[in-house]
Amino acid sequence: MALLQIAEPGMSAEPHKQRLAAGIDLGTTNSLVATVRNGIAVCLPDESGRAMLPSVVHYRLDGGVEVGMPAMRAHTTDPKNTILSVKRFMGRGLKDVAHVETMPYDFADTDGMVRLRTVQGIRSPVEISAEVLKVLGARARASLGGELAGVVITVPAYFDDAQRQATKDAARLAGLEVLRLLNEPTAAAVAYGLDNGAEGVYAVYDLGGGTFDLSILKLSRGIFEVMATNGDSALGGDDFDHRLFCWILDRANIDPPSSEDARRLLMKAREAKELLTAADEAPIRLTLSSAEEVNLTIDRETFAQLTEHLVRKTLAPMRKVLRDAGLAPEDVKGVVMVGGATRMPHIQRSVAAFFGQEPLTNLDPDKVVALGAALQANVLAGNRKDDDEWLLLDVIPLSLGLETMGGLVEKVIPRNSTLPIARAQEFTTYKDGQTAMAFHVIQGERELVADCRSLARFELRGIPPMAAGAARIRVAFQVDADGLLSVSAREMSSCVEASVAVKPSYGLSDDEIASMLKEGMRHAGEDMAARALAEQRVEAMRLVEATAAALETDGGLLSAGERKSIEATMAALRKLCAGSDHRAIKQAVTALSRETDDFAARRMDHGIRTALAGQKVDEIQI
Amino acid sequence: MMETLTNDMTVTLSERAARHISNFIAKRGKGLGIRLGVRTSGCSGMAYKLEFVDEKTDEDLVFESFGVKIVVDPKSLPYLAGTELDFVREGLNEGFKFNNPNVKDECGCGESFNV
Repeated sequence: MALLQIAEPGMSAEPHKQRLAAGIDLGTTNSLVATVRNGIAVCLPDESGRAMLPSVVHYRLDGGVEVGMPAMRAHTTDPKNTILSVKRFMGRGLKDVAHVETMPYDFADTDGMVRLRTVQGIRSPVEISAEVLKVLGARARASLGGELAGVVITVPAYFDDAQRQATKDAARLAGLEVLRLLNEPTAAAVAYGLDNGAEGVYAVYDLGGGTFDLSILKLSRGIFEVMATNGDSALGGDDFDHRLFCWILDRANIDPPSSEDARRLLMKAREAKELLTAADEAPIRLTLSSAEEVNLTIDRETFAQLTEHLVRKTLAPMRKVLRDAGLAPEDVKGVVMVGGATRMPHIQRSVAAFFGQEPLTNLDPDKVVALGAALQANVLAGNRKDDDEWLLLDVIPLSLGLETMGGLVEKVIPRNSTLPIARAQEFTTYKDGQTAMAFHVIQGERELVADCRSLARFELRGIPPMAAGAARIRVAFQVDADGLLSVSAREMSSCVEASVAVKPSYGLSDDEIASMLKEGMRHAGEDMAARALAEQRVEAMRLVEATAAALETDGGLLSAGERKSIEATMAALRKLCAGSDHRAIKQAVTALSRETDDFAARRMDHGIRTALAGQKVDEIQI
Repeated sequence: MMETLTNDMTVTLSERAARHISNFIAKRGKGLGIRLGVRTSGCSGMAYKLEFVDEKTDEDLVFESFGVKIVVDPKSLPYLAGTELDFVREGLNEGFKFNNPNVKDECGCGESFNV
C-alpha cells in the first residue's frame, strides 16, 4: 500500500504518476541520498537509521559484493579487494592518480581510465561507483515506495568532461536515470535557498574527511557560476583526529602502540573531537591491550591550540581563491559550511573572522550537498509548479575554442555556460585560393594554444578557391546534455562540411584543471600582451605577403625610388616581427599600409583600365 | 454509504499525523493547514488529494484536529466523512494513510479507491 506525501497546493500527483526523485551526494569518503517529502528535503536513512553510507566497496572471494559499513570492516583484512575513495579514480588515467605506489590495489595496465584487478576480475572505477549508487538507489526506492523517475548526482566543481561522464556512466550502470549532474558547492547553496535570494557572491567552505575545497559562486539571474575554486586535496577532518591522537600518545607516554590500540585510540580521538563541538571538555579513557590505562581530559581551548596550524592551512586557499576571483572578503555575501569537520567551533570562528560575518551552519554540514541535490531533483522531475524560476545549473568547467593563426585561442563556448549549448562562429581563409582548412579544438582559459589542452583536430577540404577572406566557414560547437562535444565546420557557399565528435579525455587531473583555471586568471595580463603580439604578427605577415605579391605582379607601376622605399619599410616590419614589441609592430604595420596606399590606388586604376580595354559600354556589367 | 455520512460528517487526524503535519508546515515556513480531497481518476475510480493549504475559498469546510486545520471542499466531503488521516512507517517508507470508512475497495496500491 502506497503511503501518501503532502504535495504543494494544486500539485497532487495522479495515482501511479507521482514522479519520485532523489538527490545523491556521491562523496569520496561517504555518500548520501535525499529526497523532497512533504515539501521538505530530507536525507534517507538505512534500516539502522544511518544516513551516511561509507563509499567503500568490498569484492568478496565468494562472489558477493559488500558496500558501506560491512565493506569498511573488510578494509583491514582484505585491503586489495576493498576499494576506498574510488572517486579519485573516476575518469582518470593511471598517470593522473597521485601516490599510486602507496595504494594497496593491483592496477591493471590499460589505456584510458584506470582499472583495478580484484578477486572478481578487473573492475573500472565506473563499475565500483555503480555499486555504491545501486545501494543508494535501492534505499531510495524502498523509502519512497516506488521506482525513481530520476536522480541528481553531485560532482566537484572542478570535475572535467571525463569525470562527469564517468559519473553518469556509473549511474546508468546502477540503473538510475540521471536528470542532471550538479556542482557540489552549487548544491550546498541551493540547500540554503540562496538561489531564491539576492544576487551576489557566495563562498562555500567544504572541509570533508580528507579533502578541503573552497569555491566562490556568483548568483545572477538564478544561475550559479563557479568563479574560482581552490583547496587542498590532502587536508581534512582526519588530520584533526590524527593531531589529537598524537597528543594522546604524547601525554599518556605510550610507545608506538599496537595497530589495534592505535585504531582504538584514533576512534577515541575522533569521539573527543566530536564531543568538543558541544562540550567544553571531553574525557579520553581507554584500557590498552597491555592493560595500561589511558585517562586524559582535553578541553576545547587545548584542542583549538593543537590544531590551529590546520585551521590556518585552510586560510591560504581562501585568500588565493578570492584573489583569483578578484574579490575582497567583504564582497562575499554569505558563507556556506559543508562537511562534518566544519562543526568544530574554532573553524567556524576563524571563517567568521576571515569573512567578517557568521557562516551559515543551521543545516547539517554532512547532509547539505545531498539536500540541495534533492531539491534540484524534485524540480527536474516536475514536482514543483514554479519550474521556470529554476534554471539549468549544469555548466562547462573550462572554455572550448579553436586555434587561430598565430597560435591563439578563439573561445567559442565560454566556461560556465549552461548545458546543453550550441554556438557557431564564422571564420575565413587566410590565403588566396586556399582550399582546405585545419581545425584544432582547444579546452582551457589561457589565450595561447600552447597553454591550453588540445582536444581534437580535423580538416575541412574542398573549399572552392577564393580570395583570402572571401570564404565563409561556419564552425558550430555543440555540447549536449551529457557534456559531450561535437564540432562541425561548413563552407557556406559550397556547403562542404566536416565534423568531429570529441571523446571525453582522460588526461587531465583535478589539480591540472584547478591549476589551469588559476593560471588563466593569474596570467590574464601577460596573456593579453601575448595575444596582442601574436595578432600583430599575423597582421604584419599578411600585409607583407600581400605587398610582396603586389610588387611581383604590378611592380612596373612604381618608380625605382618608390619601390625601394616600400621594400625598406617591409624589411623593417619583418625585422620587428621577430621581436616581441607588439606596439612597434603595430606602428610599422600602419606605416607600411600608409606607404602602399598610393600604390594600391594605382593598381586599382590599372586593373579597371585593363578590364575595360576593348569593351563597349553596354557590355559592362556593374 | 449514506449512513456513514450521517453518522459522522467530520474528518480527523491521528495525533501522530497532526504532529508530523505541524512540523512540516513549520519547516515549510507557511501554510494555513492541510487540504484533503478526492477526485475522479486512477485505477479504481477515485484518488486522494493531500496538499498544503496557502489559500482557502469561502466554500471550503474547515475542521481542526490536534491544533491542525483540515480543509475539505464540499464536493469531496461525502467521500471523506469519517476519515482519519494517519501517519505510518512501513520499513524505510513513511507517509500518510487514509483510514476511510466509505471505501468499498481500493486498488492494490491504495492510491485510488471506490466508494
